[in-house]
Amino acid sequence: MVNRPIVGAHYGLKDWIAQRGTAVYMALYTLIFAVCTLALPEFSYSAWSGLFSNGLFKFLSFLFFLSVFYHAWIGVRDIWMDYVKPTGVRLALHLVTLFLLVGYAGWAAQILWRL
Amino acid sequence: MSEVTVRKQRPKHLAINEIRLPLPGFVSILHRVSGAGLFLMLPFLLYLLDRSLGSPESFEVFSAVVSHPLAKLLLLGLLWAYMHHFCAGIRFLLLDMHKGVELQAARNSARIVLIVSLVLTVIIGVKLW
Ligand code: HEM
Repeated sequence: MVNRPIVGAHYGLKDWIAQRGTAVYMALYTLIFAVCTLALPEFSYSAWSGLFSNGLFKFLSFLFFLSVFYHAWIGVRDIWMDYVKPTGVRLALHLVTLFLLVGYAGWAAQILWRL
Repeated sequence: MSEVTVRKQRPKHLAINEIRLPLPGFVSILHRVSGAGLFLMLPFLLYLLDRSLGSPESFEVFSAVVSHPLAKLLLLGLLWAYMHHFCAGIRFLLLDMHKGVELQAARNSARIVLIVSLVLTVIIGVKLW
């Protein structure tokens, strides 16, 4: 049983806002992505990579990936906190999640800036 | 810090199999499942993006991978996960702004989320394959 006094530390508020901010951006990007891909004349390597070579689209795509990773960090961490109670295991899972997402961010940068 | 404690001893009845999950609860748990599924499949999705953008040769590899029936099935599942997470996510954002929080409105929007995400999955799925 948790015997915790009521306090108003506002912990979690920043994450809550970040999760929603990234969600709004991802939703907008999804629409932009859909319009841009539907406007492609054909789905070929040159058309597809041409889309991502566009500086603005590349920038928006990279922001999308960063949003996904930050959003997923908060979301997945919340899931671990709900279901995994032993502190050591939970900490290990948090670290694995964080390392994976930071690695993915590097990978995404590499995919986009090779073009 | 005040000394007020939050929890009182209350009777507990948590028979999961007897609790009827209402539609909004169903949408909510699927939102969590879809978010977790997308997270788990991120390496596969990044791999596909990587192959599709690498070079004309790697684009061929990408095409071959995504035309495999198992990959198609998996991607169809992920497409649904994204559509559901997207629609349910927007619903949650609206609820956070106190839009549609009345019982009937919330039930209706939960139904709409389920239907719209399935319909979008079918439309996009058919268009892609
Ligand atoms: C258009 C894109 C997206 C939107 C609008 C969106 C929206 C949201 C919102 C509003 C929440 C908070 C829900 C709550 O607190 O109850 C959330 C949670 C979450 N999201 Fe997303 N999201 C999007 C994309 C993604 C992606 C791509 C991933 C995975 C890689 C993801 C993973 C998660 C996870 C794991 C949670 C935590 C779920 C939970 O605590 O039950 N989301 N999302």
